[in-house]
Amino acid sequence: MNVLIGIIVPLGILFSVLTVAAGLIWLERRLLAFWQDRYGPNRVGAYGLLQPLADAIKLMFKEDWVPPFSDKPVFILAPIVIVITVVLAFAVIPFAPGIVVIDLNVGLLFFLGMSSLGVYSVVLGGWASNSKYSLLGGLRASAQMLSYEVFMGISVMGVVMMAGSFNLGDIIEAQRIGWFWIPQFFGMVIFIIAGLAETRRLPFDLPEAESELVAGFHTEYSGMKFGLFFVGEYIGITLVSAMIVTLYFGGWLGPFLPPIVWFTIKTFLFICGFILLRAAMPRPRYDQLMSYGWKILLPIAMANLLITGALLLRAM
Amino acid sequence: MLGTLRSIWNVFLHLWHKKETVQYPEEKPYLPPRWRGRIILSRDADGGERCVACYLCAVACPVDCISLQATEDEHGRRYPEFFRINFSRCIFCGFCEEACPTYAIQLTPDFEMAEYKRENLVYEKEDLLISGPGKYPDYNFYNVAGTSIAGKDKGEAENERPPVDIRSLMP
Repeated sequence: MNVLIGIIVPLGILFSVLTVAAGLIWLERRLLAFWQDRYGPNRVGAYGLLQPLADAIKLMFKEDWVPPFSDKPVFILAPIVIVITVVLAFAVIPFAPGIVVIDLNVGLLFFLGMSSLGVYSVVLGGWASNSKYSLLGGLRASAQMLSYEVFMGISVMGVVMMAGSFNLGDIIEAQRIGWFWIPQFFGMVIFIIAGLAETRRLPFDLPEAESELVAGFHTEYSGMKFGLFFVGEYIGITLVSAMIVTLYFGGWLGPFLPPIVWFTIKTFLFICGFILLRAAMPRPRYDQLMSYGWKILLPIAMANLLITGALLLRAM
Repeated sequence: MLGTLRSIWNVFLHLWHKKETVQYPEEKPYLPPRWRGRIILSRDADGGERCVACYLCAVACPVDCISLQATEDEHGRRYPEFFRINFSRCIFCGFCEEACPTYAIQLTPDFEMAEYKRENLVYEKEDLLISGPGKYPDYNFYNVAGTSIAGKDKGEAENERPPVDIRSLMP
């Protein structure tokens, strides 16, 4: 019985995560269209729901072109890395009591590690493409990741101190007395901003920056290799939304409805929030991004950590 | 900071705004009557062809997409033997309509003329000629022109007096 659950749960999570990532392509295009007074894809299937399928077929049948001037093994490896890291990071996320792939006692650190590894995909992809726009995109990605990874780690430490554990299940259980977004408000805001930067989504899409760098790190990619970067980005959004929900909004906790439904609803709302941010915000300049991170967010994260620690010590 | 939040909220409110998109094949856009679309040849109110094959449209056409051949019927009335418009060249500038002295050639509010084969874009006279008078329902060139045709001699047109016999002494 335990073996069976051990097989079904990971497969189910993998299936639902990949399905959600595909569905997000449709959801994002549709929501962006609504916020720009358009309809978006509404022709393929009911409400355009089969659009991801059409996109997938198109991507599969495109020519799989590896540029002759590229570093071929790395060029092929790069898009695989991003999908593997984000999918692996889902292993520690508890969807409901008992529905988790590995109940790691350092789950949060595993998430941070995997999301940092994910940037290798972008940097290596930019490097192996051997073209200037890709390299610039990769450079920006590494710098952005280095800066935002720092206070992403610091901002979640407040949660860890309040919960007394790195285990995500224990963190959710600790929120039975009250969700952490109220005491950790600044930590939450910083985590959301850093999470946006981690997924390289629109206000922070400097590595991609199609208006400056053609398509940034994936300029030379086409076909399903480009599709893997795309899928990686969408799973990344889902991952960061699930992490926000787990750390600050009580994970599966909620009245009446079953836990998995609460988790799904909350995650979905945050995904929509990410898409809304994409619709509403312009991309900052590169130096603005850096000074914003190091001069504003880092001090706030540090202060948040200090004050949380001081208050916890006083309460003890 | 507050400005950013406000702009996010305002973008969110667009969810309930009216969409700009016209869902084209199901929902047709409104085209004004003077829209410069598919070219037609019209007839006058009596059902006769308006075109007198004067070649002015072919001369005015900047891309030379109109070709025709004039001929005469048994009463000496001119009409085009063939009239051919190559719509793969036509730029819908409307110069032919401006040049036409008889309102025969007209542009209509219709743009749905896509074809799979380029040759199908060459319209012959039977494709161009319509049964009605188009934009000018009461106009008949021969009713205001001085020329004589079958059934109408000189001086019988609208606002026209009978011709003066210049060899007569009587006023």
